[in-house]
Amino acid sequence: MRLVSAYEIRDKYLRKDMLPTIFCPGCGIGSVLQYTLRAIDELKLDPDKIVWVSGIGCSSRVPGFVNFDGLHTTHGRALAFATGIKLANPELKIIAFMGDGDAAAIGGNHFIHAIRRNLDVTVILINNFTYGMTGGQVAPTTPKGLRGTTAPYGQFENPFDIAQLAVAAGANYVARWTVFNYIQGINSIKKALQKEGFSLVEFLSPCPISFGRRNRMKTAPEIIKWYQKITVPIEKAKKMKPEELEGKIIIGEFVDRDRPGLVREYEEYKKRAKKMMGWEV
Amino acid sequence: MKYPFPVGTADFIQGDEAIARAAILAGCRFYAGYPITPASEIFEAMALYMPLVDGVVIQMEDEIASIAAIIGASWAGVKAMTATSGPGFSLMQENIGYAVMTETPIVIVDVQRGGPSTGQPTLPSQGDIMQSIWGTHGDHSLIVLSPSTVQEAFDFTIRAFNLAEKYRTPVILLSDAEVGHMRERVYIPNPDEIEIVNRKLPQNEEEAELPFGDPHGDGVPPMPIFGKGYRTYVTGLTHDERGRPRTVEREVHERIIRRIVEKIEKNKKDIFDYEVKEIEDAEIAIITTGIVARSALRAVRDLRREGIRAGLVKINTIWPFDFEFIEKIAEKVERIYVPEMNLGQLYHLVREGANGKAEVKLISKIGGEVHTPVEIVEFIRRDMR
Repeated sequence: MRLVSAYEIRDKYLRKDMLPTIFCPGCGIGSVLQYTLRAIDELKLDPDKIVWVSGIGCSSRVPGFVNFDGLHTTHGRALAFATGIKLANPELKIIAFMGDGDAAAIGGNHFIHAIRRNLDVTVILINNFTYGMTGGQVAPTTPKGLRGTTAPYGQFENPFDIAQLAVAAGANYVARWTVFNYIQGINSIKKALQKEGFSLVEFLSPCPISFGRRNRMKTAPEIIKWYQKITVPIEKAKKMKPEELEGKIIIGEFVDRDRPGLVREYEEYKKRAKKMMGWEV
Repeated sequence: MKYPFPVGTADFIQGDEAIARAAILAGCRFYAGYPITPASEIFEAMALYMPLVDGVVIQMEDEIASIAAIIGASWAGVKAMTATSGPGFSLMQENIGYAVMTETPIVIVDVQRGGPSTGQPTLPSQGDIMQSIWGTHGDHSLIVLSPSTVQEAFDFTIRAFNLAEKYRTPVILLSDAEVGHMRERVYIPNPDEIEIVNRKLPQNEEEAELPFGDPHGDGVPPMPIFGKGYRTYVTGLTHDERGRPRTVEREVHERIIRRIVEKIEKNKKDIFDYEVKEIEDAEIAIITTGIVARSALRAVRDLRREGIRAGLVKINTIWPFDFEFIEKIAEKVERIYVPEMNLGQLYHLVREGANGKAEVKLISKIGGEVHTPVEIVEFIRRDMR
């Protein structure tokens, strides 16, 4: 794969008047944004037909920086707004750029129901294990024992495995990578963008300022090293015992299937309605 | 176009059903909702009709998702509505604010029931008047309409869509369980008998680049809907005319919020709607809204028969509220009575409008029963003694 220069991607897709971004040094959101834009570029998708939707948080600021139609909504509700956009105009391709707190805590219900419906949307999910924008509180993904400003003695709750949750709820495509698996990441986003129905690419993404600093990982490289310790590729994980997988995070492609998406199902429903009412044969 | 119900003729239907039919005639093609008594019949009628007119109807996971979905649909260029009752309406408040801030035309129906909390699901109330006006946080203004009859439920729904589109704002139709469940004769007009307003779309690139500006000087910017190549960024954060977040600049916040509020308040004469009966020579006025206005009208007639010169002011638009109009009424009469099915909500607005020019008395009733005309008459008779 030949990568075009990052400057070219920037000049082509970002709103220059909105730069610089609000992201802190060492943050992974910019990288994931770049992968997403590269995927769009490589697939030659029409930017006029793509809408970026987001909720609240650092990652949710992304639609402001990209030169596309964008809806920066309320906390956790991105997928509910997306449902309206997509069903009202199925021509539009929707990218929901979300954070882990946004998607799995306040937006948890919308998340599982959008997946259950197989809403035609590509979710790019930044999982940094924390609430970054509000200053490092624990998230529903924070690994047990790690600290946040609202669990200064170490998180005592069990974390969500967002990717596995999405698989169980019925998503058509689910993959998880760290921001440093960039080739796999871009390829997964490309696959996700071409999927009918719900697709999710989750990225473990460093937040040294709000999360790392409180957990003895003050810099992005320290967090990378930690990712290397805690992540296990899915093929390897299949051969491992449950005890060995304790505390590990599996990365890779979890599911790739082709159940009909919500738009197609609704089109069928309309036809059925007209037939049942004798409007059409 | 073919309609899934008879048009150009009268029908005998429920208030909730009338709202659904009116929405379809007004051009609504997206409905998202969550079942709740006494608003569910709106959803059920929409579920029956929408697929037949190539519209979308979807049952969301909750009320928050429902209003979120209709805001999304509106930005995709489609007229959209949701309906709920008190508890669901409370859940929608955050996104009502979002719709105000992003100037998104949507219609929200609140079929009021007794509250607070789960309250009286099957019984009417007017307990959401203040919530409909001031439920969301921050400085804002929006439009609230209040029907008294099934025919008005129909007519005001069409007006709600037209006002939403004209002013790029959320409009709340504040019905109640009584109007919602009551069956009455309603004239369902032919589509060509109805005036339909559609939102302003940008006429050129320049206008499209200012989705939150004021290119026409009327406070209402054209709305560049998604997918047309305008690359519009919409955010609930304080934003400038181009839609860029400008959260810490006092002047930017003041500029956008004042315009959003003023586009409603400055057009009060166009939006505020009322009906008066027997008010010319009245010594007392009954000012009320919604279902109670019907009992009040009968009370006015009964009082007149007893020689008390009573008049009725039926408020059809609860917000923006024409305080000056109420002051003029107050100047003409000695006393104003406000019967309403709560502990005093419209009363606050009327008292402020009366501005001390007349004595304002609340005739409050809660528990899920509409005031009888006799109750209103007796209260007034006692009070005048």
